Amino acid sequence: MTAAPPRRIVVVGASAAGLSAAETLRRQGYDGSLTLVGREPHPPYDRPPLSKQILDGTWEPERVRLRSPADLDALGLDLRLGVPAAALAPAARTVTLADGTELGYDGLIIATGVRPRRLPGCGTPGVHVLRDLKDALALRERLAAGGRLVVVGAGFLGAEVASAARSLGVAVTLVEPSPVPLAHAVGRQAGAQLARLHRDNGVDLRTGTKATGITTGAGRATGVRLDDGTAVVADDVLVAVGSAPNTDWLRGSGLPVGDGVECDRYGAAAPGVYAAGDVARWYNPLFGTRMRVEHRTNAAEQGMAVARNLLDPERARPFAPVPYFWSDQYGLRVQAFGYLRGHDEARVVDGTPADGRFLVAYRTGDRLTGALGVGMPPRALRPWRAAIAAAADWRTATAGSPDGAAEPSRA
Amino acid sequence: MRVEVDQPKCVASGQCVLVAPEVFDQDDDGIVVLLDTEPGAEHEEAVRESAAICPAAAIRLVQE
Repeated sequence: MTAAPPRRIVVVGASAAGLSAAETLRRQGYDGSLTLVGREPHPPYDRPPLSKQILDGTWEPERVRLRSPADLDALGLDLRLGVPAAALAPAARTVTLADGTELGYDGLIIATGVRPRRLPGCGTPGVHVLRDLKDALALRERLAAGGRLVVVGAGFLGAEVASAARSLGVAVTLVEPSPVPLAHAVGRQAGAQLARLHRDNGVDLRTGTKATGITTGAGRATGVRLDDGTAVVADDVLVAVGSAPNTDWLRGSGLPVGDGVECDRYGAAAPGVYAAGDVARWYNPLFGTRMRVEHRTNAAEQGMAVARNLLDPERARPFAPVPYFWSDQYGLRVQAFGYLRGHDEARVVDGTPADGRFLVAYRTGDRLTGALGVGMPPRALRPWRAAIAAAADWRTATAGSPDGAAEPSRA
Repeated sequence: MRVEVDQPKCVASGQCVLVAPEVFDQDDDGIVVLLDTEPGAEHEEAVRESAAICPAAAIRLVQE
C-alpha cells in the first residue's frame, strides 16, 4: 500500500529530538505544513549545559539556545510554544493541545521527553528538581548564595550538580540508596571511582542510605530525613531520582505505551506515528534489544531517523545507533559508547582507575557492547566504538588487552 | 557552503568525525578541528548531518 505523501506534519516536543526531526523533514524536501509544539515558552534549547555551565555560572542562559531566530524562521514552522499537548486521537488523526486547539495531521512525531521523578514534599520551597531552564536558574540563584545543599540520588545528574555546587564552594551531601553509585549503569569498579571523586572533592557521600522524606521548618525545606533515623540539614534539596517518560497525554489514544512510547525498529508506534528522543522505546537491531535512551546525542539522531522514515516508509531504515553519552564531573570527562545497561562483565582495559584515568569495556553475552572512559582522550575510545558498531566478539575485541593494553583487536 | 565551529562549546563527543571525517577531526583533548572550512558539495549532506547531531550545537553552516 502506498499512502499519499504527508502534507501536514505535527511534531510534539520542541527540544533536541523535535527540532532535529523538524530540520530533517525540511532538509529532505518536505514543504507541507509543519507544526512544532513545545510545552515550555522557550524556543528549542539544549539541556546538558543546565547541570553544568548554567549551574556553575560559566554560561549565561542565552547560550543554551539551539538555533538562532533566523535559522528557526528559515524552517517555516507553525511554532506553538508554551502549550503542552493534551490528547491524541490516532483514528481521527488529531492532536489536541491543552488550550483546546485541535491540530490535524497526516504524519506525527512524538518527542515529549521525560520529567523528573519526585518525592513526597517536592512542592516545598527549597526543594528542587532539574530538567528545565527555569529549574536550573532557580537552583543556580540559590547555589550562588552559598549555603548547604543535599542532593538525593547520585546518578549522573546528581553527580554533575554536586560537582557544580562544589565548584561554587557550596557544602554538599550526596545521598544514594545503592552501595556503589551508578554500579547498575557503569559497573562496580567505575562506580567506585566516581564515588571516590566525590569524596576527594569534599562531598559528604552517604551510600546505602535512602532519603525517606523532606524535613521542613517555617514553610521551607530544612533538609532530608534518612532511613537510618538521622537527618541531613541543608538550605536546599535537589531531588535527582531519575525521570519518567511524558506519556500521560497519550492515555486513551490506543498507542502502545509502556516505559515510553513503544516503537518498532523504524521508530514507528502506529501507521504515520513515530517517536524520538527520551520518550521513545524501540528495538535497536544492533544490540538485539529494546531500549529507551535518555541521552542528548540519541535525541538528535533519532529525530533525524524517524523524520526520514516518516517521509519514506517504503524505504524505511532501522534505527540502529551506538548510543553515546558524556558527563563532566570535577573537571574530568566521562564518555561512553554502546549499551552498558545489564552488562555481564565490566573490565578495565586501559589506564588505571586509581589514577583517575581509565577505560572500561563491557561484555553482554559473548559480545562487546560498551566502552566507557574516565579522563581518557576521546581518541582512545574511537576504536572501541568502531568495534561495538561492528558487533565485535568479546574475546577477539579484548584479546590485545589482557589487563591493560591499548586497542581492541578487530578480526 | 562555509562551516564554522564554536570550539569553546564543543563537548568532544566526536560525532562529527564519525559522520564527516574529511571535514572534521579532534585534537588531543577531543575538541573539534575543522579540516576544511569550505567543503565541496559532495560533503554537504554529511556536514549538515554533523551540525544536526552535534550534541553541543557547536557546528554552523553558512550559505554564501
